[in-house]
Amino acid sequence: MLPNIVPGLKARMRVKLRHVRGAQTRQFVKVVFPGALILVSTKILEFVTLTISSFAAIEEIRKRMSSVKHKILVLSGKGGVGKSTFTAHLAHGFASDETRQVAVLDIDICGPSIPKVMGLEGEQIHQSGSGWSPVYVEDNLAVMSVGFLLSSPEDAVIWRGPKKNGLIKQFLRDVDWGEVDFLLVDTPPGTSDEHISIVQYLSGSGVDGAVVITTPQEVALMDVRKEISFCRKVNLPVLGVVENMSGFVCPKCKTESLIFPPTTGGAEKMAQDMAVPFLGKLPLDPRIGKCCDEGKSFLSEVPDSPAAKAYSEIIHRLLQKCEESK
Amino acid sequence: ESNFEKNSQLIQGTSVMEAPLLLPGVKHVILVLSGKGGVGKSTMATQLALSLVEDGRKVGVLDVDLCGPSVPHLLGVEGSKIHQCDEGWVPVFVDPAQRLAVMSTSFLLDRSEEAIVWRGPKKNAMIKQFLTDVVWGELDYLIIDTPPGTSDEHISVVESLRGLKPEGAVLVTTPQGVSLDDVRREVTFCRKARIPVLGMVENMSGYVCPHCSECTNLFSSGGGEALAKETSVPFLGRVPLDTRLTQSVEGGKRPVSTRSSPALLSIQRVMKELLDRIEGEGSASNSVEERTESGTLDAS
Repeated sequence: MLPNIVPGLKARMRVKLRHVRGAQTRQFVKVVFPGALILVSTKILEFVTLTISSFAAIEEIRKRMSSVKHKILVLSGKGGVGKSTFTAHLAHGFASDETRQVAVLDIDICGPSIPKVMGLEGEQIHQSGSGWSPVYVEDNLAVMSVGFLLSSPEDAVIWRGPKKNGLIKQFLRDVDWGEVDFLLVDTPPGTSDEHISIVQYLSGSGVDGAVVITTPQEVALMDVRKEISFCRKVNLPVLGVVENMSGFVCPKCKTESLIFPPTTGGAEKMAQDMAVPFLGKLPLDPRIGKCCDEGKSFLSEVPDSPAAKAYSEIIHRLLQKCEESK
Repeated sequence: ESNFEKNSQLIQGTSVMEAPLLLPGVKHVILVLSGKGGVGKSTMATQLALSLVEDGRKVGVLDVDLCGPSVPHLLGVEGSKIHQCDEGWVPVFVDPAQRLAVMSTSFLLDRSEEAIVWRGPKKNAMIKQFLTDVVWGELDYLIIDTPPGTSDEHISVVESLRGLKPEGAVLVTTPQGVSLDDVRREVTFCRKARIPVLGMVENMSGYVCPHCSECTNLFSSGGGEALAKETSVPFLGRVPLDTRLTQSVEGGKRPVSTRSSPALLSIQRVMKELLDRIEGEGSASNSVEERTESGTLDAS
């Protein structure tokens, strides 16, 4: 393309140059202008190629995602509020109905917690003709995470944004999920590469929305408000906010303490202020953390606890929301 | 070497910025890292900074958690604006005597709900600006609070600081397995980046019920110490979950006295350990004494 344009341009430039005053100026223009032109053309070509390849990826992903009915992103601006814990238990909750196919995609590339929390540490991914095979927890519950690509627990993924985006694209395009009713995507905290990319790559496929997790204290709510702003900016519906670690009942004296105090009204008030639905509160039960470390489902281990009941209510509300919309 | 080791994007070798031009008045740079989110990095960074100021040092806190900047809120300076001077950006001072300076993206926002939706390259540019364009002046310590992970922010800070030889990193973890897994990876990051690990702190290590004094290990227990041993890094101490500290920093208020806060006492001990390692034994000017209420950062 470029060689064909240049001779014609050269002729036109020669004509224009005759009108430029001063031999030195003409010399300057002769040297600088072609260089600048080539640089600009290369940059334009790069941008066009990138845009085309992004569109191509979005289209490929749309095809792959056509067998996935509902997609839910689990977000938080804040780290350590229980996104992975919630994603895993939401998955177990949805998958308790054996007729439902559930999948979990972990795009926390630097800190993948899903394999541990779902009891899949040490598992490996296999490739087949139809793509990468996810790892199955149950027949109807599949998982994909960068954790399965690491050979040892000390392996650190020290990658800048573009490389992380590349892996996210691969996860969406190359994993053979099959027919899935619910795809849950666990994300790292923040509003950066991973979040921009997942929304961009799924833009052709339709996302039901995002569940935003927070703890009650203001230092968490500050970051979560930003996350909700992010959702608005990228037109991602907010299915609702969940307040995790909402209260702790002392096992000895049975009095409730607010360890992460809701000094500014907690998540319920924040949700009201930001005009997003509030899905419910989950109390802090030390057995939840323990189950996560052991890769077990708290919902099956301690089904009669207040926390398990609270989880079930929230899961049920989300199910209703998704089924109503489609 | 696994594939991931070979693919690490940390560039080994010399600094991309000349050392003398970078942070000329800063004596010691400490990074506060964790692989895991929500373990208390920002709380630890700010409380350590406050403890160092009380010990008579001049301290700066640089918040490179660009998307989720918590430092200004924890120091009670949320909503402040940055000013420019001839030499560059002037940091926000927490106290009238200007012994504690802060820089954060939070000061660049018009509204606190505004999201910073930036990809890596823009974040890297901001971090470089924070290090070169802010007039930090003469500081004994610059504490850098980081977001969780091992990505753009961490790579950029480490590569920019290379010529400066930072003192090292303090790693914060909670005792439970999910946190330890990520912090183990952060130790690998420090090794690859050739940043010395000053030590590991086990935060949220037990919760004492204020009603009956029963201690419950909400996030398990002992994991931090075990990980420190496993990865051969010094163990700086355990800090319990303390609602009194959490409550007081929630409103960005000045911290309470150590008399009523076991967490604060533990953090002071961590600071003393750090000073012993960095400046030599016995360099903390007060032994771990009780902090008084509201007189901590006054002009005297």
